[in-house]
Amino acid sequence: MTSHVDGNALAGPLSELFSADMTCASCRCASCGDVADLAEAMVYQKPNTYIVRCHRCGAMLLTIIQGSHRTRLELSGVAALSVPRPGT
Amino acid sequence: MPIISRGFSGRRREESPQLPPGQYLTEDFPVLSAGPTPAIATSDWVFGVTGDVAETRAWNWEQFHELGLEEIHTDIHCVTRWSKLGTSWRGVSLDRVLDGLDVAGRFAMAGCYGGYTTNVPVDDLLGGKAWIATEFEGAPLDPEHGGPARLLVPHLYFWKSAKWVRTLRIMPKDEPGFWEQNGYNMYGDPWREQRYW
Amino acid sequence: MTGDWTVGTVTAIAPQTPTSRSIDLEVPGWPGNLAGQHLDLRLTAPDGYTATRSYSIATAGAGTRVQLAVDRLPDGEVSPYLVDELIVGDQLEVRGPLGGWFVWRPPADDRSPAEPVQLIGGGSGIVPLMAMARAHAAVASTVPFRLLYSVRAPEDVFFAAELAELARSPHFDIDWVYTRTAPEGWSGSPGRVTRERLAEAVVPAALDPAVFVCGPTGFVETVADLLVELGHPAARVKTERFGGA
Ligand SMILES: Cc1cc2nc3c(=O)[nH]c(=O)nc-3n(C[C@H](O)[C@H](O)[C@H](O)COP(=O)(O)OP(=O)(O)OC[C@H]3O[C@@H](n4cnc5c(N)ncnc54)[C@H](O)[C@@H]3O)c2cc1C
Ligand SMILES: [Zn+2]
Repeated sequence: MTSHVDGNALAGPLSELFSADMTCASCRCASCGDVADLAEAMVYQKPNTYIVRCHRCGAMLLTIIQGSHRTRLELSGVAALSVPRPGT
Repeated sequence: MPIISRGFSGRRREESPQLPPGQYLTEDFPVLSAGPTPAIATSDWVFGVTGDVAETRAWNWEQFHELGLEEIHTDIHCVTRWSKLGTSWRGVSLDRVLDGLDVAGRFAMAGCYGGYTTNVPVDDLLGGKAWIATEFEGAPLDPEHGGPARLLVPHLYFWKSAKWVRTLRIMPKDEPGFWEQNGYNMYGDPWREQRYW
Repeated sequence: MTGDWTVGTVTAIAPQTPTSRSIDLEVPGWPGNLAGQHLDLRLTAPDGYTATRSYSIATAGAGTRVQLAVDRLPDGEVSPYLVDELIVGDQLEVRGPLGGWFVWRPPADDRSPAEPVQLIGGGSGIVPLMAMARAHAAVASTVPFRLLYSVRAPEDVFFAAELAELARSPHFDIDWVYTRTAPEGWSGSPGRVTRERLAEAVVPAALDPAVFVCGPTGFVETVADLLVELGHPAARVKTERFGGA
């Protein structure tokens, strides 16, 4: 738990929020401009909380916090997300 | 309705009246990080107070120790629901750190090596309630637990006890730090279960 | 929808190594899964406390049966329960299949370019790679597959008998790294995976293989860095870190 995992691990928590598989969305880092699939980001996990960082520059892309009744998604470091359309 | 997993109780958890609501005892000291652990040599370490004060001030490692370390015995409570009772630390009281600085603002933002920030009211830093800790259980503080020095504000949830602390910026108005911007509570009182927004 | 939790029932359990076992689940309504996907598994204590973890799926294809394989972490919360406590007939909450990135899809037809595939696993990191190897065998694919499997000692190999069987295919080769104890008659000496070992046991970058690396975070980092040094474009190396050291 001390070391990070890949953005793949976000597939479950993000499936509560989006119908598309967001781990296959490409994501542009607002800090360094790198574009990579979310599956490639670095995920630091603790209970109820996921911190997601750019795999190139380490800047924070987004955080997910699962409260008792609501989930909060903060997209503080994401410039753009491009998501494959279903069935294509 | 979730199904109960036969025979599963979770990590050794004990509830106790000494614990804030929703907290469980742990014997270990879990490491929960939001990013990589910064490596800071004590020879490079500095700590400073800035912002809304009559005079800003900074200390290197030796100068900081000259402020005088004291023994601290306290319970700590993490927002991820573990608590640890009777931990012992050594550190410099913030009463000493802020003494004579003529602190005007009522709020403080702790800034850290690695970029993490967290906000704490100045009143919660004074009166023997908060320290900059450099030792845990008789040994220098491990980098993964915030070494060489971390803020220790044990009456609030432990994310307020910023690891790798580097600055305290005094502010006239309250502002959210890293976790607070991300939905954690602005104050974080474990006894009132102020976990998230 | 994949975001919903469903209840699976344990139908079989088999020891894999001294610290791990495979767990077969029957999950009504499971839509099938691609090779390399994972699921999330949630345990609930009588007082309502829950713990959720991700586990790769060792099987692929249609059907409502999925197989997991879990290694026990000494001070872990969930893995010791799954390895020591769980019995056939128990119910588990799962959601999935999850993740469309760390997956291998068999070529659509014989004319599709058959890019070679290099699998590199450390310890329990074999699990999603096993799904890929099984999918490869299931469609009798002629895509060249090569597996490099790093284990502490011979008894730490997951799916040992089945891997030996798969390796009889002319399109599937296995190379080994033994970090602590090598089997008798093994030519090399035990030790961690090195650049030299990767250079000799991995499909060369010149053949542009699709590379899948999975295992403990430290293992994956080391291997991924060395592969880039050996000329594999980072974009061709997909990783699945399990966490831990
Ligand atoms: C996409 C993905 C797929 C995966 N697939 C597999 C798989 O196929 N097979 C497999 O075996 N694993 C897999 N894993 C790893 C798995 O999800 C778990 O992380 C693993 O089983 C350990 O969980 P645990 O609850 O036993 O350990 P945890 O309780 O999560 O602890 C992990 C380590 O951290 C320490 N620790 C953490 N928190 C505390 C605390 N509060 N107090 C004390 N110590 C603490 C423990 O000492 C322990 O060694 C996968 C992970 C991911 C992200
Ligand atoms: Zn970046």
